[in-house]
Amino acid sequence: MSQVVLETRNLVRDYQIGGGLFRKSHAVHAVKNVNLTLEKGKTLAIVGESGSGKSTLARMITMIDAPTAGQIFIDGEEVDILRKGLTPELRRKVQIVFQNPYGSLNPRQKIGDVLMEPLIINAKIPASERRDRAMTMLKKVGLGTEHFNRYPHMFSGGQRQRIAIARALMLNPRLLVLDEPVSALDLSVQAQVLNLLADLQDEFGLTYVFISHDLSVVRYIADEVMVMYLGEAVEYGRRDEVFSNPKHEYTRTLFAATPRADPEAIRARLARRAKQRTTVEV
Amino acid sequence: MALLEIENLSVEFETATGKLRAVDGISLSVDEGEVLAIVGESGSGKSVSMLAVMGLLPWTATVKADRMTFQGRDILSLPFRERRRIAGNEIAMIFQEPIASLNPCFTVGFQIEETLKAHTDLGRADRKKRTIELLKSVGIPDPEERLNSFPHQMSGGQSQRVMIAMALACNPKLLIADEPTTALDVTIQKQILDLLMDLQARTGMAMILITHDMGVVAETADRVIVQYKGKKMEEADVLSLFEAPNHPYTKALLSALPENAVGDRLPTVSDFALEEAPYTGAAS
Repeated sequence: MSQVVLETRNLVRDYQIGGGLFRKSHAVHAVKNVNLTLEKGKTLAIVGESGSGKSTLARMITMIDAPTAGQIFIDGEEVDILRKGLTPELRRKVQIVFQNPYGSLNPRQKIGDVLMEPLIINAKIPASERRDRAMTMLKKVGLGTEHFNRYPHMFSGGQRQRIAIARALMLNPRLLVLDEPVSALDLSVQAQVLNLLADLQDEFGLTYVFISHDLSVVRYIADEVMVMYLGEAVEYGRRDEVFSNPKHEYTRTLFAATPRADPEAIRARLARRAKQRTTVEV
Repeated sequence: MALLEIENLSVEFETATGKLRAVDGISLSVDEGEVLAIVGESGSGKSVSMLAVMGLLPWTATVKADRMTFQGRDILSLPFRERRRIAGNEIAMIFQEPIASLNPCFTVGFQIEETLKAHTDLGRADRKKRTIELLKSVGIPDPEERLNSFPHQMSGGQSQRVMIAMALACNPKLLIADEPTTALDVTIQKQILDLLMDLQARTGMAMILITHDMGVVAETADRVIVQYKGKKMEEADVLSLFEAPNHPYTKALLSALPENAVGDRLPTVSDFALEEAPYTGAAS
């Protein structure tokens, strides 16, 4: 039987905006009533445009932000960072990889230190073992031990994203939240990072929450898909169901907006264009 | 007739570690009313070659070409002032990050009028009228109101529309769009691409679209140039490029698209292409 790693029940997050001496503040409902369950080893993709609340949801799952209402369960255990706080054990279980590998690494920190820092903070391990683990992890993500003493600026975007992934994996997390991990990367590098993520998932039995706005990537990597629109989960289901039979209007709009790169679509477009040209000339 | 013709263009940058050749012998031509897409990954020199056309490269760059003509006039040997008259007027360019390309200190109306002031001899009232007209043509609601908005009051998609309005201010013959939709959501991307294609069809201007997104190419281009590490890999019309790519790099690029994935793993480009196109530059 498969274990449920992540579950949320009626998750809500409001932000209070504005408000001054004479002005009333108002609430922005960033996430409204989101329910999800995710089993071990599966990938849930969250799709939506900017402002749809997908990153807010990610912040709550990663325990960076506390929800306004609702519950989060990780490995069946309820998480409540407002009342009970966070234990190192919980911190270890969920890790995040951010979108921009140029912004998420400290430029003054060597790669080795980047990788060892989570261990210093969250685990009691002697220095020599920390070093060994960091070296092993570097090799796992396709980098070499010679990279240990280099600074982030000496790496390309794809390599930096590998480093960010390595850092997230240092504590053997159960759940990895990936916030648009490949959208800042070139197509070929994107393919490499996606392959790496797939390999790591197999090897460590990781569970992914994969946030993206690129439907072709989602279709490739996800087991389950959630489409968010204005804070609500308008569509949630297995990948093939969502892609073959989208129920919500917004999902259909999203699919229609995604550029298609197959010859039939191009032929249809060229025909439309030729027609348009002749009508303009006449 | 060819509008823009470039033969054997190369651009070198003077860097601390020696010369870096960003563009290496690129030739291309664009006909009137044609949409040409230049595809490549970052570092392929696609933006640099177009900045060279616009004359926007910094002084550390050396631009060499056997020929670079716009409407039959050699633009490389033109004096600076005359070149300025072409860039921004007959050739216009829009950039990747609309929010970064607008000046945050001035209203969008002011910034569009500035272009008109520099390139036309319209009076004040006419300039305002034209600005409103332009904003309307790029689909901004309440153009009279939005004239007085500052860039931070507009969304990414709207800022890009303002940039397009600014580029179209002088009815350019050629519009160069450098990754115009990369920073935008898919739904907004669709709107902006539709707008560009619609404007292109209405005005009959030529367009060069720089992008790394094969989907965008498929949705817009007539002809495609694939560039890799400063060199041209392949040139073909859009349909034959997608149906029967010739060059191994193009094939690799197309197979790296997640929607073309066969089985569990994505084929990656780099190892594949490197052996086919050896490169001896200073890139590391």
